[in-house]
Amino acid sequence: MAPSQLAQAQSQEAPNPWISVDFVRDNSEAILAALRQHITLTVVSVALGLLLAVPLALLARRYGWLRTPLLGAAGLLYTIPSLALFAVLAPVTGLTATTVVLGLTSYTLLVLVRNVLAGLDGVPADVVEAARGMGMGPGRLLLRVELPLALPAVLAGVRIATVSTVALVTVGVVVSNGGLGQLIFEGFNNNLYRAEIFTATALCVALALVADLLLLGLERLLTPWARR
Amino acid sequence: MGTAVSLVGDTVAWLLDGEHWTGTDGVPNRLLEHVQVSASAVGIAALIALPIAFLLGHVRRGGGLVSGLSNASRAVPTFAVLVLLAATPVGFGNRATVVALVLFAVPPLLTNAHVGVRDVDREVLEAARGMGMTGLQVLRRVELPLALPLIAAGVRTAAVQVVATATLAAYVGGGGLGRFIADGFGRADPAMTVAGGVLVAALALVTELSLAGVQRRLGRGRQTVAPEVAP
Repeated sequence: MAPSQLAQAQSQEAPNPWISVDFVRDNSEAILAALRQHITLTVVSVALGLLLAVPLALLARRYGWLRTPLLGAAGLLYTIPSLALFAVLAPVTGLTATTVVLGLTSYTLLVLVRNVLAGLDGVPADVVEAARGMGMGPGRLLLRVELPLALPAVLAGVRIATVSTVALVTVGVVVSNGGLGQLIFEGFNNNLYRAEIFTATALCVALALVADLLLLGLERLLTPWARR
Repeated sequence: MGTAVSLVGDTVAWLLDGEHWTGTDGVPNRLLEHVQVSASAVGIAALIALPIAFLLGHVRRGGGLVSGLSNASRAVPTFAVLVLLAATPVGFGNRATVVALVLFAVPPLLTNAHVGVRDVDREVLEAARGMGMTGLQVLRRVELPLALPLIAAGVRTAAVQVVATATLAAYVGGGGLGRFIADGFGRADPAMTVAGGVLVAALALVTELSLAGVQRRLGRGRQTVAPEVAP
C-alpha cells in the first residue's frame, strides 16, 4: 500500500495544511470522543497499575528476597515492545480496550513498584520508632505515617507512568482502541491527511503535559510539608 | 481455555513451518531488516548525540537542556512521529524509519553520556590537570573511560527503545518483524500475529540482556540515569 499512497500523496495538488481550523470544527465530535477514550484508557491503566504496585511493593518490603525477582520481572515486562504485547494478548482478549489496558497497566508496574519501594525505604527509622512508641500498630503506622511520607516518591512515579502511558495509548490503534492514535492512523490512511495527523498528535502531547502539571499540582497539594 | 491452548499450538506450528523462513517475507529477512534499521539508527544517533554530550559534560553545562529534552521526548508518541514523518518529504519505508528512530535514540544517549562525563569526581580531574593534561587529554583519558558504564547504559536504553519503535514502522509501510504482526492483524490470522509478537519480544529481550551484559562488564553496577522510555 505504501508506494501507491506515496505517489498519490505526491501527485496531489490540493493543499494539505498541517493546521486547519476547518478540520477541527468539522470533526470536533470525533476528536472529543478520541480524546475521551485516550483519557479513560490512561486513567484506568495507571490506577490499576497503582492498585497492583502498592501491595506488590509492600510484599517485597515484607519479604526482602522478593524484591529482586519482582523488579526483574517488571523490568523484563517493560522491555517487551507494546505492539508485541498487544499482538500476543489480542487473540485472547480481542480487539478491545481491555487488551490496551492490560498491556499499559503492566508497563506502569516497573516505575510504580520501584517508586513506592523507594518512598517507603526513605521513611526515616526514628520516625517509625516514634510512631510505634506512640502505640501505633502496623496498619495505622502504614496508613498514617509510612504511606504519607512515601507520597512524594509515589506521585513522582505516577507522573512518569502517566506521561508514558498517554504516549503509549496511541499504539492501541492496532487493536482498534488507540484513542487519539485512531485519528493519527486514520489521517495516515486518508492520503496522509496532515491536519488530522497533526491535530491528534498535538492533542496527545498536550494531554501528557497537562496531566503532568495536574499531578505536580496534586503533589504540592497533598504534601505541603515537602515544599521547598 | 481451549482456544488459548490451540492458539499456542497454532503459533508453534506457524513458527516451525519452513515456508515462513524463506524469501523476502521470511523470518530471517525480516529479522535482518529489523536489526539493520535499528543498528543504523542507534549508530547515527550515537554519532550525533555523543560528541554533544561529551562536550557539554566536559564543560559541565547544559544539564537542564539535556534532561528537559529527555523528559519531553517521553511525552511524544513514537507512533505519531512515524506517521508525521510519513506526511513530510521524508516519506516512508526503511529509510524514513531510520530517521524517526534516530529522533528517539538521541535523548537516552545524550542524557547518560552527559551525566557520565559531568559527574566525574572533581578531585580526579584536578589530579589529571595537575599532571599537566590538556582539556582534550582529560576528556579522552580520564572522563570518557570513567563515563563508559553510563555511556553503555545509554546505548542499551536507546537500542531497546529503537527495536520497539522499529516494530511500529510496519504500520507505516516499513519492513522488519513488525510486518508479521501488522499482516497477522490485517489477515485476522492469530497464529501469525502471536508469532510476530513472540519474535519481536524475543529480539527486544535479547537486545536488552546482551547489552546489559556488556554494561555490567564495563562498570560496577551503575544504573542508567535516563528516564524509562516508552516500550
